[in-house]
Amino acid sequence: MAFDQLIAAGNVAKVIAAWVGNVAGGSGYGFRRAYEQGVPRRIVMEDHSNFTVGLALKAAAMGLPYLPTFTGIGGDIVRGHPHIRPVDDPFGGPSLLAVAAVKPDVAIVHVQRADVQGNAHLWGNLGLTVEAAYAARRTIVTCEEIVPEAVIRSDPNRTVIPGFLVTAVVEEPGGALPSSVQGYWRRDFEPFLRYHRDSRTLDGFQAWLREWVLDLPDRQAYLRHMGDAAAERLRVRDRRLAAAANFAP
Amino acid sequence: MIATYTRRELMVVAAAREIRDGEIVFVGMRLPLLGFGLAKATHAPDAVGLFENGVIRDRPAEAFIYTMGDPPNIAGAVACLGLNDVMSLLQQGRVDVGFIGGAEIDPLGNLNTTRTSGSGSLVRLPGSGGGGDIASLAGRTVLIMEHEPRRFRERVDYITSPGHFPGRRRGGPATLITTLGVFDLSSGRVRAVTLHPGVTPEQVRQATGFPLAIDEGIDATAPPSTDELAYIRKADPDGFWTGDTMKAG
Repeated sequence: MAFDQLIAAGNVAKVIAAWVGNVAGGSGYGFRRAYEQGVPRRIVMEDHSNFTVGLALKAAAMGLPYLPTFTGIGGDIVRGHPHIRPVDDPFGGPSLLAVAAVKPDVAIVHVQRADVQGNAHLWGNLGLTVEAAYAARRTIVTCEEIVPEAVIRSDPNRTVIPGFLVTAVVEEPGGALPSSVQGYWRRDFEPFLRYHRDSRTLDGFQAWLREWVLDLPDRQAYLRHMGDAAAERLRVRDRRLAAAANFAP
Repeated sequence: MIATYTRRELMVVAAAREIRDGEIVFVGMRLPLLGFGLAKATHAPDAVGLFENGVIRDRPAEAFIYTMGDPPNIAGAVACLGLNDVMSLLQQGRVDVGFIGGAEIDPLGNLNTTRTSGSGSLVRLPGSGGGGDIASLAGRTVLIMEHEPRRFRERVDYITSPGHFPGRRRGGPATLITTLGVFDLSSGRVRAVTLHPGVTPEQVRQATGFPLAIDEGIDATAPPSTDELAYIRKADPDGFWTGDTMKAG
């Protein structure tokens, strides 16, 4: 949905992605308008599968030009693809596909907590967050809470992004909404349905953009616009703490 | 006495029946998510589910979820890893069965979820997501589709998730579950196995855009048992996924 919003607002010239849509309804109407009609501008689309996106970022994170894979053989994604090409196995096995590295200019990742150096604790499903943070030229960490350094150092295995990779760290509670953040926020599903409905037409999208982006100066304004009742319903108040791990030397 | 049920509830049951006990399952969203939970609760208590966002579960989510990243799918998981970790397990050959939805299908089980001009004008679809990877790398795949003539095409415009093709390394489509019946693809070409109760062979032929042999005496899909329905209605209490108005795939 975030892709769709950027595309619909005319901020995107090229998309490299495996999936652009809305978890609530499938189609991303902004993406469709741009791709099918060039509205509000034409976009270049480079299709991938989830795994080839993952390998492209992983290759960049590893400092490699490409990573080989068996995924995609026999399908059209890899046929004539500018950044996925057949490659021989130098050890004589079956041939593979080489997925070229993708090195983002900037990655913005949201985590539960970080210290002021940007050392970041993240838990729950990791998706491609870590690869993105490693691969990007600059990484911005947004977090639910800035915590004392001692909290991060108490559990170094949970530090999935070391601070020296981080350009900036931002305390922004609710920064991932309407998506969930384990232990902090439940998924707010209504905005996904609302966006799906509103973005069906260009006028509807423009009205949505005004109400939910342009007229809201910051995230706190977004939370206020959501309403206290909604914010309270989404806030996770229960606690289910992981067992402590003993790091005594 | 069998209670009344929706077509989608029957599709969930059919999906669950494709999972054998002890199997490693690459679970998709929507109906397969419920199918996995149902299989676990009935005949396949030792099945393990992998989710493309990195979650590994051997129990159904603890509460209703819209997406695989929702908090009830994280709490109590076996492991929370990254996308490349679960995709690596898939590439290794550790996954027995994976589920994929499609917008269009051809007789060889090729799925298109990328773009189509089948209805005259160009329509952009969301893309592969993990579908292309599951199709390439799982031990076998189960496909889930709306059964409509414009979706069942002699040839699809774009092969997002490859079906059967010469030289395939492993796997390929095994079963197709539609709104009208259950079909076998393990021989390399689609063949009707059962039609859902009340569905006639003529109805299926008319809804299929390519020739399809169906025996006049073909069996009906076994309806959901009361236990199966009770599970589905507990997991999807408002019929969000299994009400008859929701679109699958």
